[in-house]
Amino acid sequence: MKVLRLDKADLERWFVNWAKTREVYGPLRQSSSDSKSISVNKSYTDWAILKDGKFPELGTGLPKSPIKKFFFPQPETLFTCSKRKGDPDAFVFKEPENRDNARKVLVGVRPCDARSVELNNLPFEKDPYFQANRAKTAIVGFTCRDRCQTCFCKEVGGSPVGTEGMDIAVTQLDDFYMAEVITEKGEELVQEGGGASEASGEEISRLKESKAQVESLFSSMSDPAQALEAMKAKDLFALYNAPFWSQLADSCINCGICTFLCPTCYCFDIQDEVVKGTIRRIRYYDSCMFPLFTLQASGHNPRGQKVQRVRNRFMHKFKYFPDRFGPFSCVGCGRCIRECPVNIDIREVLKDLLAVE
Amino acid sequence: MTTLLPNPYIPYPARIDDIVVETEDGNLKTFRLVLEDEGDRARWSHVPGQFAMLSLAGVGEIPIGIASSPTEEGFLLFTVFRAGVVTTALHQMDIGERVGVRGPLGNGFPVDNDLKGKNIVIIAGGFAFTTLRATLLYMLANRGDYGKITVIYGARTPGLLLYRDELKAWAERDDLDTYITIDREAPGWDGLVGFVPTVAGQVAPSPENAAALICGPPIMIKFTMPPLEKIGWTDDQVYLSLENRMKCGQGVCGHCNVGPVYVCKDGPVFTRAQLQGLPTEF
Amino acid sequence: MSTTNSTITEDIRAKAKQLLSSGEVAAFLGFTTGTLPMTMRPFVARRPEDAERLVWNSFCVMNLANYLPDLLKSVEPPRGPKDPPPEGPLPKVGVLATGCWSRNIVVQIQENQVQRDRLVILGIGSRGMVDRKKVLAQVDGREVWTSEEGEHSLVIEGPGFKKEIQRWDVVRDNCQTCIHPNPVIYDYQVGQPVSPREVKDRFRQVNEIEAMSSEERWSWFQEEISSCIRCYACRNACPLCYCPTCFVDDSRPQWVGKSIDLADTSIFHILRAYHCAGRCTDCGACESACPMGIHMRLFTKKLEKDVLELYGTEAGMDPDVPLPLTTYKEDDPQNFLITEAVGQTSEAGEGVKP
Repeated sequence: MKVLRLDKADLERWFVNWAKTREVYGPLRQSSSDSKSISVNKSYTDWAILKDGKFPELGTGLPKSPIKKFFFPQPETLFTCSKRKGDPDAFVFKEPENRDNARKVLVGVRPCDARSVELNNLPFEKDPYFQANRAKTAIVGFTCRDRCQTCFCKEVGGSPVGTEGMDIAVTQLDDFYMAEVITEKGEELVQEGGGASEASGEEISRLKESKAQVESLFSSMSDPAQALEAMKAKDLFALYNAPFWSQLADSCINCGICTFLCPTCYCFDIQDEVVKGTIRRIRYYDSCMFPLFTLQASGHNPRGQKVQRVRNRFMHKFKYFPDRFGPFSCVGCGRCIRECPVNIDIREVLKDLLAVE
Repeated sequence: MTTLLPNPYIPYPARIDDIVVETEDGNLKTFRLVLEDEGDRARWSHVPGQFAMLSLAGVGEIPIGIASSPTEEGFLLFTVFRAGVVTTALHQMDIGERVGVRGPLGNGFPVDNDLKGKNIVIIAGGFAFTTLRATLLYMLANRGDYGKITVIYGARTPGLLLYRDELKAWAERDDLDTYITIDREAPGWDGLVGFVPTVAGQVAPSPENAAALICGPPIMIKFTMPPLEKIGWTDDQVYLSLENRMKCGQGVCGHCNVGPVYVCKDGPVFTRAQLQGLPTEF
Repeated sequence: MSTTNSTITEDIRAKAKQLLSSGEVAAFLGFTTGTLPMTMRPFVARRPEDAERLVWNSFCVMNLANYLPDLLKSVEPPRGPKDPPPEGPLPKVGVLATGCWSRNIVVQIQENQVQRDRLVILGIGSRGMVDRKKVLAQVDGREVWTSEEGEHSLVIEGPGFKKEIQRWDVVRDNCQTCIHPNPVIYDYQVGQPVSPREVKDRFRQVNEIEAMSSEERWSWFQEEISSCIRCYACRNACPLCYCPTCFVDDSRPQWVGKSIDLADTSIFHILRAYHCAGRCTDCGACESACPMGIHMRLFTKKLEKDVLELYGTEAGMDPDVPLPLTTYKEDDPQNFLITEAVGQTSEAGEGVKP
């Protein structure tokens, strides 16, 4: 694997050069300077187009939203069709002509978010839309140096310096950067970015040392591989009937924050929208927290109670998904913990589940 | 769009070729659909018990069991109960109009595997006879592959029975035992009277080398099991079909999961033994 | 912990324990410490020993009234949908209530969502709850690892900083302009009543918005809601939003598109606000719950102002005063029903004239 050494100016030049043929996104602060008391002021970073070589803001933890919207957009137009009378193709669905085909580069993606794309790829392996979006999107990840207070990436099998899902992995060392070029897509980006020198052997060993040091800072309450195997071995009903679900449901307000801001929640609904003579069928985010998610036309609802819905989300992440696909459906980014208005903490749920006999 | 993979979300265009009002209350209609594209017709291949998404552009999609047997070629039958937005819109459509069909989806009954060589007992209630009609026709077309076939089918009133002409024809066959029943006495009805579970208890089909395929309202299934269990039927001999809310039909969107399984992909057909190992979220 | 908070916390624990031990209530609804600084978890104590986990401080931002209808149902003996209610009184629930939450309980009583005789209310005068987002804005969005609340200040610590903040500077906008901090109904008082604050103009923010031109106002509104992810946390945190099927979820007919198109998001926020008119107590739970920092309580605040001006009432102040928008009176103000022609010279046929 090729490893390059870069100064900040080199990176900035890369961003500028990439922006000539691609859309370059990174975390930026969302705020306005208006001094009125009712000014719109959103003091967090979120994904936005990086213009004029602007450097992504990476100092303040994770951006508000995960990167799933680049692969699983809200909404995705599945196809369109005409409903005009006399049109021989009326009501025949076709793939949309004006699909967003722009190539994209996501810069400053943390290892947890990059890994989420790989996990989502398991259920979406045969999904033409997800795969098309994936093909046109490159991920330039930045490994972590500090741990957010809500991070638990290691507990669920990730790593703060992991490169899974990345095309290029950038690591900051003091005042310069090291770039590991992982995929062909990454190689292409390096060619387009231009002018970076290969790292020396000494620099490469410094990179290794630095990564090992960061890795050691991120303790894990349990051995992740062991936890995963333990969970798979556990009896479904023992977990399902555990007593703590009702306590969780006592606090939960059944909103969609945790699912919508989760990088690995991917449930969706499909609906038709009609504008003038054109019908478009879209898929958009849905949440197993919502009562209507499972409501049948007959009025019967298999998960009509809040406790059933709360349980389903965690059971899906920690039991159903691993039983089906292997890993946990969670990257330990901690957004759900950070954003939950009633402090439901998935780390506690994981611990409680692992304690079930 | 540069699609890298076949797109499972695109419905095949189909024309409504015929519409039969099945029940006297008008709430059930059978739609005969013909796929418009020759290639689509050639590609189509389903197993009894599978379903398809009927797609009404501008309205939405709805999963409906395929009521026609694979042995009936050139068209597809869907018997649709008017319940929600899409089914109501479909009921208002006319012969010649265009719909979309996405499928076939799900697993279907194991007619070519586990059911082969067995005595088959089909038990149905109300409008849940649709995929069992497909199954029965398939078995009759391959009559030698199965042992004794028994059909127990009931509805509230004679006017709510599906496929009434076919029921008459089946009753006259000597390679098939049919027991058609209605809940209460009705003028002009000289057949069986009584609930499906009661009739099932009276018929008492032998569990010897047999399988039961049961479709109907949950309450009917609940009360049909005890009389069968009493005479020795076990959960792995009983096949049921679930009807959870579904959207994608690919086991992805999450709507139909029952614990770790997706009804749209791993089902809708499960043995009762399989369902005992799942949370009762159906 | 400040003396005020620790006194209140001790009182809550003692009273909740007594209510649970004596069997007077089947459950007690309060808050417990969360796993993150400045974050409290709504918590249901069901056994006397659970009462020890109850805590009170400036971060109790969720409105507990929101949980009451479901919690009351959960303590009833289980019965089928067609079974008659059991004989004798149903079990009670204990709950904490500040000024605004108690007013929400009044509205719930008026709207038959809860029964007064099934509640044991511990009233608390609110000193104003702290807005976590305001604190984070003060430290440039960095993480806060610990927070320690004093009587009038907060000491927060994070990566490379330790900072003392005046509590009042980070109190939520709704609390800063609140003139009803003490509960209007309660069974027991916890701590001391709060002396009413002098609020110069409690509709200051609304006035600023009203002063905008309609184009300015629209663009402000659109920018405000542009980050909405349609998670419905604002709705689900609201004690007024209890419809079994919300209009945004309804598909027969479908009133609103389901994704994040700005037109659909606008309809959601406008209609949600209108549904709260004359019922909202400006408790601020919607804003506190919003992960995207949208100031949706300004929409309901405008309607609060209008209802006060038109009907002279404020929601939930008195169970005997009917809700203005669900009550018909012959002398109701009607001017708002009439579209007034823009400008002085309107042509015939435009607008509706009295």
